[in-house]
Amino acid sequence: MAEKKHGIWVFGDYRNYFQNRVTIQLISRARELARQIDAEVSVVVLGSGIDEFVKEYIAHGAERIYLTDNPRLAEYSMETYSFLMERLARREKPEIILIGATSFGREFAPHVAKRLGTGLTADCIGLDIDESGLLLQRAPSFGGKLLAEVTIPERRPQMATVHPGIFQELPHDSTRTADIVNVPMPENMPPDRIRIISKERRPLKQEKNLECAKIVVCGGRGMGSKKKFAKLYELAAMLGGEVGATRPVVSLDWADREALVGQAGKQIRPDILFSFGISGAMQHTASINNARFIIAVNKNPNAPIMKMADVAIVADASQICNSLISELKRRIRG
Amino acid sequence: MLKLVVCIKQVPQVSELPWDPDTGRLQRELASGIMNPACRFALEAALKIKDKIGARITAITMGPLSAEEVLREAIALGADRGILLTDRKMAGSDTYTTSFTISKAIQKNIPEFDLILCGASTSDSATAQVGPQLAEELDIPGIAYVNEMEIAGSKARVRRMADDFFETIELELPGLVTINASGAVPRYTSMRGFQAAFAESDIITLDSVSLGLSHEWIGAKGSAAKIRRVYSPTAGKENVVLTGTTKRILDQLFMLFDDRIGGMIGKDLKTDKS
Repeated sequence: MAEKKHGIWVFGDYRNYFQNRVTIQLISRARELARQIDAEVSVVVLGSGIDEFVKEYIAHGAERIYLTDNPRLAEYSMETYSFLMERLARREKPEIILIGATSFGREFAPHVAKRLGTGLTADCIGLDIDESGLLLQRAPSFGGKLLAEVTIPERRPQMATVHPGIFQELPHDSTRTADIVNVPMPENMPPDRIRIISKERRPLKQEKNLECAKIVVCGGRGMGSKKKFAKLYELAAMLGGEVGATRPVVSLDWADREALVGQAGKQIRPDILFSFGISGAMQHTASINNARFIIAVNKNPNAPIMKMADVAIVADASQICNSLISELKRRIRG
Repeated sequence: MLKLVVCIKQVPQVSELPWDPDTGRLQRELASGIMNPACRFALEAALKIKDKIGARITAITMGPLSAEEVLREAIALGADRGILLTDRKMAGSDTYTTSFTISKAIQKNIPEFDLILCGASTSDSATAQVGPQLAEELDIPGIAYVNEMEIAGSKARVRRMADDFFETIELELPGLVTINASGAVPRYTSMRGFQAAFAESDIITLDSVSLGLSHEWIGAKGSAAKIRRVYSPTAGKENVVLTGTTKRILDQLFMLFDDRIGGMIGKDLKTDKS
């Protein structure tokens, strides 16, 4: 392979399925960006016994793997990983580093950026190369009410964390090949000042589904009562979706805290969001801004949610919910 | 006594956000400010430590002159003193220069701090980057997204959830934690606290000169990330409004959007069009 001029790096974040997926999505986007700046796409994989992920990243389009496979890296560690990433980036001087906006990535990236003395854009939802070859990063602010276009013109690498689910992954192709560069761990690592005492995997349950559900039915106090609110579960089941709730509804015990959509709860990004009896306080709307299509029902045509909805239905939320259920029963074939 | 530093940001509370179309930056002076919600939780975490084992709390903020309000509020709630970093030349800072500037103020004024608490993220830019970068600047261990914490001797023990894991973590002090907007509900301001905050509050104001910071290193000039423009992604959204009887509304909804809804829910919907 002819030597490429630049490097685009993706951090191999593999700890769970979602982290692994965002890594693969970023490899795909990085390949598209790389064509425009004559770059090679590398994935940096740190861990212990991580062959399966190396293979997967290659099959999904990585052209080079920087691999540190060491028993001391069995657990994700902020200090050790930051140290190794800084060291490798100083040596190889990539043009761009992309990191999935997982909890780990959102915490890891600022440590690395600061160590490298460079800029970092948080939770991007768009990445392009501009006319002068810079990485053009689109990041939401004010909970997605505004988008900012950011570049890092002078310092290198240009760094961004990227929201999961934005880019399509390349199909798995096991005939793809890549250079694997083994990076040994240095003998003298700085002492880790952070110790993980215990770690339990959260039991997989409903709440995980809400965050990645394609269809969400969300209800607020405007539903009227706990009994009427319960109808939303019926609607969600018919649609194959999940139920979300606002803070007042959770406080009133109409719904579990797990269902809370808002600043202190879940961020959702469904393809379609049905919003019933929610006025749209900023704590809530900040968490639904990434919904692609919003149908909102509220008695008050001036409620903030009605402005951000694609379809704003001025009516009693509970009535529309009931009628929608019967209408769907009639219309859904089979 | 334990020395705690709480970093607080004043954020705009506005539905219509005024921003400068030329620079692409928010005109914060036009928006009324509130204490960022997660910073309130960080302050509460510090106050809980103070209640339990005693501590001296310094609240620090960077922003326009009006940001002094959040320091007064912090003092009213139980912080002992405030530091306001304000300077036109600090405007337009990215997280790189923000963490740099705050670190210099801490090194100069509270060099012997034990623990720094920040809100995990802000309701405006929501980068969640300043806390971790401040830890790097000061070369201390940092843990983000903390839900609960306690001090045990020369260590802090924290609980948090990161990705799919509940973690209990110990970090050496001096250290830094960023606190999630969940967990212990922040207290309200007492009348007495309010009076104290306005009567005799201990607030110092520092600018780039008093911190000895070159203008090349701070604000928009020192920032690595440059904002090119800011725009509203929802402007130009269709926003169809449906009114009338329930029947009429549903008829319209399906007439206009049956394909769309059907596609999104993955069901073939009968239409009344044919």
